[in-house]
Amino acid sequence: MKWHRLQAMARKEMLQIIRDPRSVAIVVIMPLLMMLAYGYGISLDAKRLPVYVLDREGSQQSQDFLKRFQASQYFQVVRSVDNYPELVRALDAQSCQLGIVIPRDFSRSISRGGPVGVQALIDATDANSANLAVNYSEAVAQSYSREIQLEWLRRRGGGRPTQPVSVDARTWFNENLESMDNIVPGVVVVVMAVIGTFLTALTIAREWERGTMEQLISTPVTPLEVMLGKLAPYFVIGLADTVFCTLLGIWWFGVPFRGNWPVFLLSAALFLLVVLSTGYFISVIAKSQLAASQVALLATFLPAFLLSGFIFPIEQMPAFIQVVTHIFPARYFMKIVRNVFLKGSSVGVLSYDLAALALFAAVLALLATRAFKKQL
Amino acid sequence: MFGRLRHMLIKELIQVFRDKRTRFLIIGPPIIQMIIFGYAANLDIHHIPTAILDYDNTRVSRDLTARFGASSYFDVKKRLARGKEVTEAMDRGEVDLVLRINSGFARDVGKGSTAHLQVIVDSSNSNTALVGLGYVNQVTASFARDYELARLRRSMPFSVGRMPSIVLERRPWYNPDLSSRWFFVPGVIGNLMMVIVVNLTAFAVVREREIGTLEQIMVTPIRRAEFIMGKTVPFFLIGILDATLVTVFGTLWFKVPLTGSILVLALGTALFLLCMLGVGLFISTVSGTQQQAMATSFFFIMPAIIFSGFASPIGSMPVVLQWLTYLNPSRYYQVVLRNVFLKGTGLDVLWPEMAAMAALGALLLAVSVLRFQKSLD
Repeated sequence: MKWHRLQAMARKEMLQIIRDPRSVAIVVIMPLLMMLAYGYGISLDAKRLPVYVLDREGSQQSQDFLKRFQASQYFQVVRSVDNYPELVRALDAQSCQLGIVIPRDFSRSISRGGPVGVQALIDATDANSANLAVNYSEAVAQSYSREIQLEWLRRRGGGRPTQPVSVDARTWFNENLESMDNIVPGVVVVVMAVIGTFLTALTIAREWERGTMEQLISTPVTPLEVMLGKLAPYFVIGLADTVFCTLLGIWWFGVPFRGNWPVFLLSAALFLLVVLSTGYFISVIAKSQLAASQVALLATFLPAFLLSGFIFPIEQMPAFIQVVTHIFPARYFMKIVRNVFLKGSSVGVLSYDLAALALFAAVLALLATRAFKKQL
Repeated sequence: MFGRLRHMLIKELIQVFRDKRTRFLIIGPPIIQMIIFGYAANLDIHHIPTAILDYDNTRVSRDLTARFGASSYFDVKKRLARGKEVTEAMDRGEVDLVLRINSGFARDVGKGSTAHLQVIVDSSNSNTALVGLGYVNQVTASFARDYELARLRRSMPFSVGRMPSIVLERRPWYNPDLSSRWFFVPGVIGNLMMVIVVNLTAFAVVREREIGTLEQIMVTPIRRAEFIMGKTVPFFLIGILDATLVTVFGTLWFKVPLTGSILVLALGTALFLLCMLGVGLFISTVSGTQQQAMATSFFFIMPAIIFSGFASPIGSMPVVLQWLTYLNPSRYYQVVLRNVFLKGTGLDVLWPEMAAMAALGALLLAVSVLRFQKSLD
């Protein structure tokens, strides 16, 4: 391996990137765009869910009960309807997510005593929002129920009203339960996976397709020099993008960064090695740019998005898919990044994931060097 | 004209299906993605890894923890003895939730003063934490109700049955088991259609340009309209084929009900495909190389998926972004997919979405055909 040949190769690749405006755009704008799109676009906190109410009684008490829904930050009572079919239509057309139906004898049943049923019709198409809506409306009903019971007990002069158990919740690592604090560190991983693989996946395939590979083969450059020369610029760019995204996450989105930078940068470098080698490997194998891009999408973006725990928790997947997630490095890096950001974990806690990442980096880099042969 | 168009179509279809790799690309990735998405895209929370630290250790406290053990939402993995172990287990991520019961719990419950159940939850995943806390509240509330009723029954045995209470009768419509798979599988169809059709269309033209065969075609007597038709109709057909494939697969394999009319679904799919052909063609007019085409299509696809309401509700996004989603054809297709699959609604409800896709599709196709003519000169 000769240093000057390596340098020349890297220089050629760098010039090729800089002279193509769209490559520059990928490098600079894509991370920014992805951070903003994911950071703002993915929010699983259901707030101000649209609610329709059908008050069949229309009494002081039923209105009082419905006001509790209005007062909750999780609901927004959009409309009050007069009949059931109207409510059904609203649910069908997703004008509302929740419909509350108060029975005709609401206040009479309360004064007579015993349980009173209030219907909660939920558009459960989106199961997650529906689940949150159920929990929130359950909480509203419970607290109102509690009040009328206290009132009832007071009037009777009977047993002392109590609340036997209260739940004191402590939320660790993300005190305000912001889904942004969970999503934004994850975006860093997805951005790196995309940038790293997409940029490199085409680099060799392009030379084949344009016929410039023959020119490259006729030079004295060795396969190892080709690989290192082609990957070095992308490594530098990738690392710069990582730092950029992280700073954006900290300063713009206000996500806490509690860990230390060296651990973070080390793991980022390892992960970059993984994605760059993967991209290069795909590029050598695929030969055509179309195939390379499709395979790259399947092999890196999809696992980074789906199988890393980015949005969908791994523990909730079927067992065999959980096993599958172990063969995708994004999973380990995702855990490291989240832990470094939110938990400020030490190297000790992360040693398993760091080791796994290092192993993947070594194996994939080796595979990539072996893949490319200088022959036609 | 018909003869030339036919030849062009035959050439394109041969080009697509002759290459083994491209043939695989049409069938393979959609199925693989359907499987992965179907299994992995899941926001249901069950079996939250839980630890219990019970300082009270009485019949009452054990009754409470047993209720957590019996619930499928919690998976009691560890019993802790000391407070220090809480930090350890949480830092290592062994458990996501710790229930801590202080001594005196049973005494407080018995004498009717408020006993405290402390819940420590790893909220680095806010959604899991939020849903988990909801379940904790439900289990605790039912425990509290039982004990309070028992206590009141002792002090006022005759009238306690007449104590009023409000019972929320839940009616989760369209998806009675609250399965998030039912939500995601139809949505995935939209994403797959978008990725396949936009990429194929964008690449088809750009590749001819890059390898120089575009000029060869231009010297033949073929007209522009015929050329454009030849470059889009095959991908429309492939899109329909893939849509059928993943729809059948999704309904049979993942057992997601298709309650609505197939015709409505087909109409929505056709309109959506028109939009995607327009986008693909547009990308091909602004891209000189395949790498540029790929980058540009990714610039479109990635936000289009996020701002379609596929993964998280549009209503939770910032208001300005909510407006922008109206320009996104995928937004409408997601509504059509989920409505037809789960709600079984027809055109009486879905006509605005259909109209929006038709308008966007016409606009996109018109703009890209105009640009296309310029870019050929």
